[in-house]
Amino acid sequence: MSDTSIDRVAKATPPSVAAKIRGLSDRAIAWIFVLPTIFLLLAVNIFPLIWTINLSFTNFRANRPNREVDYIGLRNYERILTDEDIWLTMQATAHFLFWTILLQVLIGFTLAWLINRKFKGNDLWTTLIVLPMMLSPAVVGNFWTFLYQPQIGLFNYGISFLTGIDPSSFQMIGDVKLAPWSIVIVDTWMWTPFVMLICLAGLRSIPDYIYEAAEIDRASQWRQFWTITIPMVLPFLMLAVLFRGIENFKMFDLVVQLTGGGPGSVTELTSINLKREAFEKWRTGYASAYAIILFVTVFGLASIYVKALNKVKER
Amino acid sequence: MSDFLHGLTRFRRGSWELLASVLIAVGVVMLMQPLVLWAYTYSFIVTLTGTVMFIVVSHFPD
Repeated sequence: MSDTSIDRVAKATPPSVAAKIRGLSDRAIAWIFVLPTIFLLLAVNIFPLIWTINLSFTNFRANRPNREVDYIGLRNYERILTDEDIWLTMQATAHFLFWTILLQVLIGFTLAWLINRKFKGNDLWTTLIVLPMMLSPAVVGNFWTFLYQPQIGLFNYGISFLTGIDPSSFQMIGDVKLAPWSIVIVDTWMWTPFVMLICLAGLRSIPDYIYEAAEIDRASQWRQFWTITIPMVLPFLMLAVLFRGIENFKMFDLVVQLTGGGPGSVTELTSINLKREAFEKWRTGYASAYAIILFVTVFGLASIYVKALNKVKER
Repeated sequence: MSDFLHGLTRFRRGSWELLASVLIAVGVVMLMQPLVLWAYTYSFIVTLTGTVMFIVVSHFPD
């Protein structure tokens, strides 16, 4: 009978090592398997976090590594939290987060609800709707800059067709009032399919017999929607909001490609601002404090959200 | 309300997690609101307190 690979490894193990392993408990062997992963997590996640916290109390600049580093206490945090420009950046992020999540949930759920009603060409429509999500954010940002062009852009012509306004009379990207909405529209266009897919999974997980029972009880369509569909899709919706919320809080590539944070700094989201502080102004200590503030915010929100999600699942 | 206060005095997870969640939510609103600068200034300390509290109290008994 031929040897298996396990037999070959067992035979190749030196007797002294084999004797040592034979003496180990199951728990010890389990630790041997788990330790490399723990070590990797510590090296990749925990160490950079602790290092960033450490840097946030210093005036370190990464472009001058040989300069003496001074510990300046909480001064970086104090500067950030009294800086009106960063406050405006936070407001721009809040505007972007609120409207993208609201629109994506509303449109995504509606699309999922429509797709879930089986009709001819259902699969084709699903594929077409999901396409934007599969594109690279850099590509999306680039071609939407063309769509937003006042002279040749299809978007302006579409608005002109619907409202009668001259297409060259407004600039989505160049206008201070319209630019924040331009990034909301593009992100909604790109990521609504993601929310739709999650909602569709939720809708398809509802067993038909629940609706049949409701029909027998003469529950109206409206009542079925509010008392069966919404409560059963809610955990999925909350998951989608969590994913999109965290992703949009650190949104970078799409907005950089589309507006570059402009005009002025009206579309400068926190991640763009943070990158400028860290890698254009090279204020590493300051940027570390900024990153810690954002990290604590996202971590806190995620904690609440996971708790809420577990509660909804328990119902 | 009395259940909530009772949970607080007896160090029960539910009540303390609720309190921590409220602190985090208030902190985030303070961070992103466009009205008063002082609220923005103190937002981080409120969020941090809530987050640390959340981590600690999630180990309390139910």
